[in-house]
Amino acid sequence: MTPEDLFGRLRTRFADVVLARGEVSVSVGPKELLAALEWLRDEDLGFDFLSDLTCSDWPELEPRYWVAYHLLSLAQGHRLRVKVGLAGDDEPHVPSVTARYPTADWFEREAFDFFGVVFDGHPDLRRIEMPEEWTGHPLRKTEPLAGVRTRFVGASIPPPDRRGT
Amino acid sequence: MTSSPGRPPGSPSTPTSTEIETRSMGVREDTMIINMGPQHPSTHGVLRLVLELEGEVVVGCRPVVGYLHTGIEKNMEYRTWQQGSTFVTRADYLSPFFNELGYCLAAERLLGVEAPPRAQTIRILVTELNRIASHLVWLATTGLELGAISVMLYGFRERETILDIFEAITGLRMNHAYIRIGGVVMDLPVDVPARVERLLNTLDSRIGEYEDLLSGNPIWHQRTRGIGVLRAEDCLRLGVTGPMLRAAGVARDIRRDEPYCGIEEYEFDVPVADSADAFGRYEVRIEEMRQSLRIVRQSLERLRPGPVMVEDPKVRWPAQLSVGPDGIGNSEEYVRHIMNESMEALIHHFKIVTQGVKVPPGEAYVPVESPRGELGYYVVSDGGQHPYRVHIRDPSFVNLQSVPALVTGGLVADVVAAVASVDPVMGGVDR
Amino acid sequence: MPAELVPGVQIGRGEDAEEVRRGLLLTTLGKAVAWARKNSMWPATFGLACCAIEMMAAGAGDYDLGRWGMEVFRASPRQADLMIVAGRVSQKMAPVLRQIYDQMPEPKWVISMGVCASSGGMFNNYGLVPGVDTIVPVDVYVPGCPPRPEMLMYGILRLHEKVQREARIT
Repeated sequence: MTPEDLFGRLRTRFADVVLARGEVSVSVGPKELLAALEWLRDEDLGFDFLSDLTCSDWPELEPRYWVAYHLLSLAQGHRLRVKVGLAGDDEPHVPSVTARYPTADWFEREAFDFFGVVFDGHPDLRRIEMPEEWTGHPLRKTEPLAGVRTRFVGASIPPPDRRGT
Repeated sequence: MTSSPGRPPGSPSTPTSTEIETRSMGVREDTMIINMGPQHPSTHGVLRLVLELEGEVVVGCRPVVGYLHTGIEKNMEYRTWQQGSTFVTRADYLSPFFNELGYCLAAERLLGVEAPPRAQTIRILVTELNRIASHLVWLATTGLELGAISVMLYGFRERETILDIFEAITGLRMNHAYIRIGGVVMDLPVDVPARVERLLNTLDSRIGEYEDLLSGNPIWHQRTRGIGVLRAEDCLRLGVTGPMLRAAGVARDIRRDEPYCGIEEYEFDVPVADSADAFGRYEVRIEEMRQSLRIVRQSLERLRPGPVMVEDPKVRWPAQLSVGPDGIGNSEEYVRHIMNESMEALIHHFKIVTQGVKVPPGEAYVPVESPRGELGYYVVSDGGQHPYRVHIRDPSFVNLQSVPALVTGGLVADVVAAVASVDPVMGGVDR
Repeated sequence: MPAELVPGVQIGRGEDAEEVRRGLLLTTLGKAVAWARKNSMWPATFGLACCAIEMMAAGAGDYDLGRWGMEVFRASPRQADLMIVAGRVSQKMAPVLRQIYDQMPEPKWVISMGVCASSGGMFNNYGLVPGVDTIVPVDVYVPGCPPRPEMLMYGILRLHEKVQREARIT
């Protein structure tokens, strides 16, 4: 299905559909996410493959966190981006899609690690890239790029003049 | 926790004499938790696998990643768009050209520009050579881990010949930053097409040597056949793409299904196996190397004279690089032009290099077929000179999720073979 | 320095002479031990990122580390005496690095390969340790991103010179 046809088809179901540069994006609220994904999968659109799941942080906007799901239909070859806007609390919640797309497991852990988005229903939501005892969510725009004080847990580093050899 | 002794799948369930003996002695049998730590010769980088073993059988596996997390995505938000090429190239460090290509295609989609035809042909040339180099490293390290140590030396020998070509084209052996937004940063040197031609002739026979060495080898068969099986439905549910998916029988290749840089005009086959095990992945990768040779040969034939960077002055990288007596730098005529002749050209050069291009607001997702699978770039712009958000959908990150499914139920010695057949590159997994 | 205490000039009598004689013997022994150590320095596998690939290329056929007896990369740090930190060291990996370093027996040396290991490289951010010399003492820094195998070999040869010059027995 061409992006234009897909756009027209999705307009019948969703209010916020955008076609730009050959890509179709749909925005839904967090409560409608699972139902929307069901519809997208079971209708003849056939979006059965989740390519990518990530988040971006817009601190000046409301909603602040935008979780993007990139879906692909293997049979028909078209792609779609589903975006969910989450309010700017410290712990935004969104339902997890791991039951439907097991590939979302590590993607959601990464989004939690970097942005603090909590995925309800995820089997094992804990940090994946940062150390387990890290505090803060580094990819938020409010977190600094560098200059973060760290403590190496489990190792002690003597000062340079007493390091031996 | 008592449990019956581990046995390989498929053996009968009546208790053996050892079981009866151990039970009567009151011996406790627990599972053992073993850490294949981040520092390990056979885990393809800093991957940590926490294995739960019952005897020699793996009953549980938990991969721990993040030991190479570099913060590339956040770092790119503080640099200009053009500088993004140098950052993403170090994510999946065995396929640097693919990283750059995906990022530049996404940025070009936002800008609404397309690289000139010669640049697109050069992009295909270098990316397909990179695919061969990456598969050679895979073959070399997999052979080393499974005990075929000479394959390591042969693989790196061939890779050096390809790296010589890369060095002639870009100046670097790895992490090139050659593919930039708008095209490629400089044209091919005049002797490179002939060198690539000679390289293609030798590589074909060398790949035949690998097949002679390994494809009929009974030890190779015993170590890879039936190991790390992941059928097509499970691959798709776990989001696995690339040679793992093609070895399971699904003929999905982004070069075929969502072509980029004019690759739809090239003739090549997409190799598919149906055994879904480590041996099938080996066959697929060997055949992919051959198909990449075909594509490189066709790209040489397609090379026509022309510019290698877009003409739009707001986008094009302003430098005119050439090789001089002291290395690669701006050509003398260009330096004379901006220093002596034209103040506007100097100011323009300065602005573009220091501030970069301004990319219109929007978002784009562009997938390319990297040697490991679907490498996608989700790029978000807010209209400024820095990328607002760049997310790298790395195939190794997703494929590594399948490791528990590959190794559970098998022997611990097969963990190495299974992880090797996934071909993870931890730079891409952790970024 | 009194003439009779300068070695080779006049080694004769007294306690000081005994001291000098012992010193000469130990110095020659030290030089011999250093020569043996530098000619069979076994690296521990500590390849992290892109530099690891160049390190493997240095160990492979084209740029052969075996000419200096170093092609055997020991997987176990207990059997290694050189740690080539090849690649960027993330915050999560830093304790592991220190632990591997502590597990290596004396004498041990560290080469910091690449700019990321030497100083944090082009990544100046929350995720990396800005230089492994904050964690382990480094003997030779090899810059480059990644350094060519020849550059790594030059760094290794400078380390050999350092080992020979120090000529320790312990």
